Amino acid sequence: MRLSYPTNIKIIRVPCTGKVDILHILRAFEKGADGVYAVGCLEGECHYNSGNLRARKRIEQAKIILDSIGIGGERVQMRNLSSAEGPKFAQYALEMDELIRQLGPNPIKLASKKKAA
Amino acid sequence: MNCKTPSKLEKILAAGHLAVTSECGPPRGSNIEHIVHKANLIKDHVDAINITDNQTSVTRLCSLAACIRLKLMGLEPVLQMVTRDRNRIAIQSDILGAAAFDIFNMLCLSGDHQSFGDCAQGQNVHDLDSMQLLQTVRHMRDEGKFLGGGDIDRPPRMFVGAAANPFADPFEIRVPRLAKKIAAGAEFIQTQCIYNLEKFELWMKMVRERGLHEKVHILAGLTPLKTAGMAKYMKNRVPGMDVPDDVVKRMAATPKEKQAEEGIKICIESIQRLKEVEGVKGFHIMAIEWEEKVPEIVESTGLYPRPKVD
Amino acid sequence: MIVADKKPIEEIIKEVENYSKILILGCNECVTVCEAGGKKEVGILASALRMYFLNQGKDVKIDEVTLERQCDHEYLEEIRDRVDKYDAVLSLACGVGVQFMAEKYQALPVYPGVNTCFLGVTEKRGLWTERCQACGKCILAKTAGICPVSRCAKRLLNGPCGGSTNGKCEISKDVDCAWQLIVDRLKAIGKIDDYENIIPLKDWSTDRAGGPRKVAREDVQL
Repeated sequence: MRLSYPTNIKIIRVPCTGKVDILHILRAFEKGADGVYAVGCLEGECHYNSGNLRARKRIEQAKIILDSIGIGGERVQMRNLSSAEGPKFAQYALEMDELIRQLGPNPIKLASKKKAA
Repeated sequence: MNCKTPSKLEKILAAGHLAVTSECGPPRGSNIEHIVHKANLIKDHVDAINITDNQTSVTRLCSLAACIRLKLMGLEPVLQMVTRDRNRIAIQSDILGAAAFDIFNMLCLSGDHQSFGDCAQGQNVHDLDSMQLLQTVRHMRDEGKFLGGGDIDRPPRMFVGAAANPFADPFEIRVPRLAKKIAAGAEFIQTQCIYNLEKFELWMKMVRERGLHEKVHILAGLTPLKTAGMAKYMKNRVPGMDVPDDVVKRMAATPKEKQAEEGIKICIESIQRLKEVEGVKGFHIMAIEWEEKVPEIVESTGLYPRPKVD
Repeated sequence: MIVADKKPIEEIIKEVENYSKILILGCNECVTVCEAGGKKEVGILASALRMYFLNQGKDVKIDEVTLERQCDHEYLEEIRDRVDKYDAVLSLACGVGVQFMAEKYQALPVYPGVNTCFLGVTEKRGLWTERCQACGKCILAKTAGICPVSRCAKRLLNGPCGGSTNGKCEISKDVDCAWQLIVDRLKAIGKIDDYENIIPLKDWSTDRAGGPRKVAREDVQL
């Protein structure tokens, strides 16, 4: 299909979104990511039964932590699609890119820049 | 007549009369005249007046002070005491305080959980439970000793009662539980408000089968309903309360301005019916903030005038 | 096990925000099982605090260590040569571990990172419920193996109270009535007649009432 999506998105492949841990999400922000989203299979269609449901719960927990430390919970999102939905993958990427552009850069980066200046 | 205490309530029950008791809740403040006013409304129509002890865990003027006030008026108070708020030191101390003013009746309760009241974040004590409180009062009275073993100078002379809720769960231990309270020392029982007469009668039948009605004086508890809303609230929100649908329906089917009257009517009909139940030795009429209706209920059920005992 | 729950990050931040070298100390025992203070929770909290301080423009060093236990000398000693490097420790152990840490390192500020809740079981993942209040004189033999001290809201030794409805406690429809459970089990084990035995006044001196408690066993002391 050769669909295009924003190039600023770095894809990390995991066997199942159930593999994604809160710590992975937090570390990404610690290292300067402006947003993180997990794209899992459709709910009810996980090959491991509940991996994508676990991922959603972890995303929710990460949101709470990011809110409580002033980074902003909306920077982390969960999306679902089936493997046949290439256009949806590209659409999610565009939506995420737009959302993060609205929210601006990860405040940690701003704070460290200010300090350096 | 074989009485163990100078209690007027005990004397009336021992003489074989149907006893009538009622209750008054102390005020949310130090103006004790409220309780005097309530007591005056009912004093000629009841044998003894229960004073509640921080009922539903809402802080009020203490039961003991209100009982003393009633005693000074020449009335017969029943000191209600819950184990929620006192340890065994305070319990024994308060019993002696009551005894010092010749308060001759006491009702032993565990008390509603504090989460219902105005101090939901407070601790509860429950050093003893209601069963052990019964044992404690009886020990102090009959042995003349403190729990710690020391002698009591002028021991309390209290007629000791307990509550029974025939409607709480599990139903199969409701009668064994009564037996347990009798074994712990209960001499009279005031029951939870009765709206489900069939279930109460079934409970009484089971009580009689074990001969427990011969061992304890059971006063049937009644609370007249003021409104259909109150009936619904009691049914759905008050733990351990059994208000059958037909009672709720009857109240709801009555025009609003006549509901209070209907509630009194239900109460009177219930008493009339329960008077015929073997083993019911009297009535405990809990007209919550509606004490002025007690005389009407007592008179309409043929329980007035009250017998005189010396 | 001892069941603990996470403290809100905001509360933890208030306690430690003025330090610049913080050690977050996890415990591999109970708090790991109840997912409140094990290695993983240490990692999450450390990451969150690092981000918080970075965002505040503060340079705070946050290290992570998880000990086998914090309630034994041997394990707490493992960090003796390193604790000087920190100006505060945030312990994710239960209240026992936090205190033992504080006792051992007299001049080091120690803060709790969890709320220690009760002695309980894992009913299922994410749901822990109380079973014991460590009253020091077990009466489970008399109550069919179900504890009214820890599981009855009024800890009635001769229950149930009049508020028991459909097997639930008067305080909440989500709480089982301990005495319903006791009665059900007495029936199941053929001992329902025991219900009528009155349990006597309890000696609470082995409970909190007796002051700080200890178990001294000469037979196993060295």
